[in-house]
Amino acid sequence: MVEIKEVAKAYGDSVVVDHVSMHIPKGKITSFIGPNGAGKSTLLSIVSRLIAKDHGEVLIDDEEVSTANNKELAKKLSILKQSNHINVRLTVRQLVSFGRFPYSQGKLNEFDEKMVDSALAYMELGEMQHKFLDQLSGGQKQRAHIAMVIAQDTDYILLDEPLNNLDMKHSVQIMKVLRRLVDDLGKTVIIVLHDVNFASVYSDQIVALKEGKVVKQGPTKEIINNGVLKEVYDMDIKIQDIDQCRICLYFS
Amino acid sequence: MSNRTKIIILTVLSVLFVSIYLFAGLEGNWTYILNRRATRIIAIVVTGAVIGISTIIFQTITNNRLLTPSLIGLDSLYQLIQTFIIFFYGSTSLSATDQTINFFISVSLMILFALILFQLLFKKGNNVYYLLLMGLIFGTFFQSLSSFMQVLIDPNEFMVVQNRMFASFNNVQTDLLYVSLILLAITFIYLMTYYKYLDVLSLGKEHAINLGVDYNAIVSRLMIVVAILVSIATALVGPIMFLGILVVNVAYEMFKTFKHSVLLSGTVLISIVALVGGQLVVDRIFGFSTTLSVIINLIGGIYFLYLILKENRTW
Repeated sequence: MVEIKEVAKAYGDSVVVDHVSMHIPKGKITSFIGPNGAGKSTLLSIVSRLIAKDHGEVLIDDEEVSTANNKELAKKLSILKQSNHINVRLTVRQLVSFGRFPYSQGKLNEFDEKMVDSALAYMELGEMQHKFLDQLSGGQKQRAHIAMVIAQDTDYILLDEPLNNLDMKHSVQIMKVLRRLVDDLGKTVIIVLHDVNFASVYSDQIVALKEGKVVKQGPTKEIINNGVLKEVYDMDIKIQDIDQCRICLYFS
Repeated sequence: MSNRTKIIILTVLSVLFVSIYLFAGLEGNWTYILNRRATRIIAIVVTGAVIGISTIIFQTITNNRLLTPSLIGLDSLYQLIQTFIIFFYGSTSLSATDQTINFFISVSLMILFALILFQLLFKKGNNVYYLLLMGLIFGTFFQSLSSFMQVLIDPNEFMVVQNRMFASFNNVQTDLLYVSLILLAITFIYLMTYYKYLDVLSLGKEHAINLGVDYNAIVSRLMIVVAILVSIATALVGPIMFLGILVVNVAYEMFKTFKHSVLLSGTVLISIVALVGGQLVVDRIFGFSTTLSVIINLIGGIYFLYLILKENRTW
C-alpha cells in the first residue's frame, strides 16, 4: 500500500506538486492522468525517491521512502523513467542482469541467472538477449528496460510514460504485460499515462491530476466520464462503450 | 581477441618495458644505478595506476568520457601553490627546496580545497555538473593568479617555477615515494568497499538509485577518493593528469566493455606501458632533451586524430 500525505514540491516559485494526498491500493494498476505540467511525473519521482520532496510523507508499507534503507527499498520498489538513455554499451542480457543488483550486489548466483532468464522470456526477448541495446528499435529497447524491472522482482512497479514513442502494437503488448504482472504475480503497478484510453481500458484505479493537485481519484469507471474529464482537460470529451471498454473520443 | 588475452599481452608488455628500463645498459656501479632506476620506475608505475583509476572513476560518476579529474582544479591549485611559495619565499627557501615539506604542504592544501569545495556543494543538493563548473571557475582563477605572480617574479625564479609545471620522474625522492605508497594503499583499500557500485553508477543517477545505491553518499565518497589520489600523484611528480583522458579512452576502445573489473586493470596497464615506454624514449632516444608530457601529448594527439578519422569513415 502506498500512502501519500500532503506532499508538495516547488521549483523556485512555481509549485509543481501542491499538497497532494492519496492512497494507492495494493495489487492493482493505478494510472496517473492529466494534462502536461500537471505534476504526474514529478509525483512519481517523489514516490520513488528520485526527487526529494519539500513537504509531506510518502509511506510504502508504512515506511517513509526518503529515510528507508536504499538497498532494501530497491527490493520492494522499482521505477522506470521516460528517458532512460544509458551511456555505456550493454547487451539486453547485461541490462536485465543489473535488475538483480539489489540482491546480488553484482555477483549473480544461479537463482539470479534464473530470474534474468524468466524476465527475458516474459518480455519475449530470449532470442535477442545478446544483441546490443543500440541495435534495437525503440519498442524492443523499452521491453528490455521493462524486463530489467521484472528481474528486479519488486512488489511495486512505477513506470513513467512507458508507452512514449511506441506504436499501437507495442503499446498494447506492454499494457498486457503489466496487466499480467498484476493479475498473475500480484504486483502493484503505478503508471503515468498520456493516453486516457489506455488508462481507461487497462487500469483499475485512476488518479486525475491538474496543476499539481488531485482533481479526482477512484475506480476507472468513476473517472472516465464527461464531467471529470472536462474538469481535467478543459475539453468536451464524448465517451462511448465499445466491447465493455469506455473509449474517449477526443479527436474533434 | 578476448579481453583476457589483451590483458595478458598488456601485462607482458609492461613487464618487458619495465625490465628494459631497469636492466638495459647496466654497467659500472650497478647497485647505485639500479637503485635510482627502481625508484623512478616505482614512481612511474604508481602514478600511472593512479591516473588511470582516478580518471575512470571520475568519468563513471559524471557519465562523460571527455572529462578528467583535473577539472576540479587541483592541477591549477598545485601550480598556484608552487608559484606562491617561490613568489613570497624565493627559490632558495626551505619550503621551495625541501621536497618533503613541499610535498606535505601541496597534498594537504589540495585535499583541503577539495573537501571544502565538496562540502559546499553537497550541502546544496549535490549536482555533479555544478561541482564541475565551480571546479572550472576555481581552476581558471588559480591559473590567472599564478600567471600574474609569474609575470612579476625575477626571470631566474621563473625558470624554477616553470620547471615545476611539467611532470617529471627524474628527481622523485625515495622517502616521499614510500610515504605516497602508504597513503595510496590506504586510499585503495577504502576504495575497494565502493568498487561494486561502479558498474551500476555507469548506468546513470536514476538507474543507480532505483537499484538501491545510496547515490549521494557514495558519489561524494568516490569524489573524495579521486581528489586524494590526484593530489598525491600531482604532489609527487607534478601535473600529470593530461595522460588520463588518453589512456582511459584507449582502454574503452580496446576492451569495449562497461565492466570496471576489466576497465580498471586494463587502464592501469595501458598507462604503465605508455609512461614507461615514453620515459624510455625520453631517456634513450632524446637523451633527456625533452619531457615525457611532450612525447605523450604528441602520440596521444596522433591517436585521437586516428580515432576521429576512423569514426568518420564508418558514418
